[in-house]
Amino acid sequence: MEITINWYLSLSAILFVIGVLGVLFRRNVIVILMSIELMLNAVNLTLVTFSQSLGDAAGQILVFFVMAVAAAEAAVGLAIVIAIFRNKLTVDVTQINLFRY
Amino acid sequence: MIGPILFSVFAVAAIAGALGMLISKNPVSSALWLIMTLFCVAGLYLTLNATFIAVVQVLVYAGAIMVLFLFVIMLLNLAELPKLNAGDGKRFLGYVGATGVFAALMIATSSALGVLPEPVSVQVAADTGSAVNLATLLFTRYALPLEVIGILLLVATIGAVMLAKRRFV
Repeated sequence: MEITINWYLSLSAILFVIGVLGVLFRRNVIVILMSIELMLNAVNLTLVTFSQSLGDAAGQILVFFVMAVAAAEAAVGLAIVIAIFRNKLTVDVTQINLFRY
Repeated sequence: MIGPILFSVFAVAAIAGALGMLISKNPVSSALWLIMTLFCVAGLYLTLNATFIAVVQVLVYAGAIMVLFLFVIMLLNLAELPKLNAGDGKRFLGYVGATGVFAALMIATSSALGVLPEPVSVQVAADTGSAVNLATLLFTRYALPLEVIGILLLVATIGAVMLAKRRFV
């Protein structure tokens, strides 16, 4: 049996949906941020699969940029989590509703 | 054939790591499960002959981003949170939404079954994913985006420091 690129795409879909479930069902902000990283990884896997299958390196350049943006997002996101934790002493998304009123 | 075996091992381990991240109660073990998934994705990049991206994946994701996550988790000294206790309706909606996303992705994948062109040879793929080829592109054709990404990282660093220093309300 040969591994075609459809296997990689299916695996990437599964990983993406697990990330979606993490964002929907977890209440710890840090775990939600990690789920977002998982979704970015699933998309990166798709990009690398197509790039290698078509012999075109543009997809891998894009993956490189996505990784840089993910690093920036993690740094700023975790800084926000620390800032909120200082005031509210929690990382529970159901307790963090600063914009509600 | 070692390719299918490697793919199966990495794929199963990646899904197991992702599920472990989703299920485990403790954020530290969540992060460690995610690190396993990231390493397996790096292994999958290697099976695709994308050597440069595989190395960058381990360096940036497993090396930098996850260390940042673990550092913040341990800095905040978190107690375990109880399970999300939303009403059954919300939970059900969440499952419906996730199933919908999965169905859409699988429909897109299966519609590509007969349409995709034949993959290029292993030699061409290895050349495409090599550090030489990607570095040449990054410093010639994609030089401007590379500079912009550098500025973005600088801004993110300054923003993170400002956010963490200041006290809000």
